[in-house]
Amino acid sequence: MTQGPRNRILRALLALVALVLGRRRSPPEPPSRDEPPLTAEREVGARRRSENVALVLLAAATLAAIGFSVDYVADPDTQVLGLCLGAALVLIGAAAALAGKRVVPREKAVGEYHEFGDERRQEEVQAIVSEPGEGVSRRRLLVVAGGTAGATLGAALVVPAASLGPRVRDRVLTTPWRRGVRLVDSHERPIDADAVAEGTMVSAFPDGAPRDSLGASLLVVRIPPGELDMSAERRAGAPEGIVAYSKICPHAGCAVSIYRHPLNPPTAPEPALVCPCHYSTFDPRRAGALVFGPAGRDLPQLPLQVNAGRQLEAAGDFFDPIGPSYGGIRTR
Amino acid sequence: MRRLPRPLQIVVALVLSTAALLSLGGGAPAQRASGTALERQGRQLFVEGCSDCHGMDAGGVAGRGPSLRGVGELSADFYLRTGRMPLAAPEDEPERTESPYSRREIHALVAYVGSFGGPGIPRVDAESGDLAEGFELFSEHCMGCHQVVGRGGITTRGIAPDLQSARPVDVAEALQIGPYVMPRFRDLAPSEVDSLARYVVSTRDPVARGGWGIGNVGPIPEGMVAWLLAGVALLLVIRLIGERTSR
Repeated sequence: MTQGPRNRILRALLALVALVLGRRRSPPEPPSRDEPPLTAEREVGARRRSENVALVLLAAATLAAIGFSVDYVADPDTQVLGLCLGAALVLIGAAAALAGKRVVPREKAVGEYHEFGDERRQEEVQAIVSEPGEGVSRRRLLVVAGGTAGATLGAALVVPAASLGPRVRDRVLTTPWRRGVRLVDSHERPIDADAVAEGTMVSAFPDGAPRDSLGASLLVVRIPPGELDMSAERRAGAPEGIVAYSKICPHAGCAVSIYRHPLNPPTAPEPALVCPCHYSTFDPRRAGALVFGPAGRDLPQLPLQVNAGRQLEAAGDFFDPIGPSYGGIRTR
Repeated sequence: MRRLPRPLQIVVALVLSTAALLSLGGGAPAQRASGTALERQGRQLFVEGCSDCHGMDAGGVAGRGPSLRGVGELSADFYLRTGRMPLAAPEDEPERTESPYSRREIHALVAYVGSFGGPGIPRVDAESGDLAEGFELFSEHCMGCHQVVGRGGITTRGIAPDLQSARPVDVAEALQIGPYVMPRFRDLAPSEVDSLARYVVSTRDPVARGGWGIGNVGPIPEGMVAWLLAGVALLLVIRLIGERTSR
């Protein structure tokens, strides 16, 4: 038997009308206000042992967090620091998990969702929230222990702020280099001008000055004088083609420790000083001009001179501010 | 004109160069190429495989390959034994590969290039080197490119090879040559070269202080492994402290 299409459309329309009318005539029943309580199980009364364990965990967390601060101030060892911080976090987490499972009242509730804004429900919820200590025999002690652990952990996170030193500005602007300061190698030996052969690179430091300041370390290379492309003033600071640049990249302060020197210039890249962190690339022939990479300015050049004993010494301070870009010295 | 196929080119080059040599040779008593049998074999191989870029008599070709007169057995040994030469194209970066030449052929080529004079193959005694000194020297001169663990790295427009398969003599030769864009370090004392070679060899099997080196390739894989392990641990903890509803 086949039904005609008209018949089918008619039945569909009838069904729709019945649905609309039916919905209008019987609105959904409002949720009953007199439901039985939702709680299916309620267990009140902390187990004394669990409380004790939670207290011990919190105390251990406190000790670990204090340990972090003490180690940081006394004799920082990164592995000890990490261990202390990790232990404090794990112990607090374990204490919280234990408290949630074994100390505060536990109840399992099953219920339907209702409309929001039900005042009686809100009161119930508030009552539940305000009674977490029900059955906990040493609530105050637990709260104090938790607070102490949290506070010491917070202190551990704040203590490293002590490492923030004085403002960096003055230290960056002053370098140990003055006219006549000799260049020495990593073993404090003076550097002979002839030892800086073409194609080699030499790391140099100021004679008799600390090496940990930003301006101390240098990279010294020899460029054939005919290839130098720089102002007369800077060229005067490159005796025999020996040029010195700050070893600290003006981008992020890494050591510019790569000297790209082509063995067979026609088939290899041109000479460059390269920082291995983000590959800022500078041209040692053109006064450290930036040719590639994220650095905002050129590599600072230090003027050199050769003294009577053929040793290299500074002919003055850097031509440009040294160190990573900061504050006003961000761009060329 | 159609180009001759490569084997024929080589034969023609060989015939022409031999003819040129004979016409030059006349009665000259000590022709370079007519040295030992080994050098003659090396010259033949050189003309076949190297002369396109380095010239018929190792004098170099402008814009392609440098002159090899005076570079000595040292350079020839380094480039040929490590498979860095021959190159497919002169602008390619020479990289360590399996050499297409047999050991005997390399020996002959090295003897031929060495017949023009220049430094011989250096002697290195890595065993007698001082590991601490080697580490210090490596940190100062080599680490920027090759990484402190000798796993290699890059510079702009160049690759710094990993040093895991570098032999002590390769280290000594590279310090003298400064291959491709590497600087030279010719001022190092022989004992310092020994120390560097010992350190480089030691990076093949470094002490993993953390217990698990993860290939010693640096902090990124270490961080990834840490995140993965921490993620699994967190999931376990969540399962442990969470509760399942019955429905």
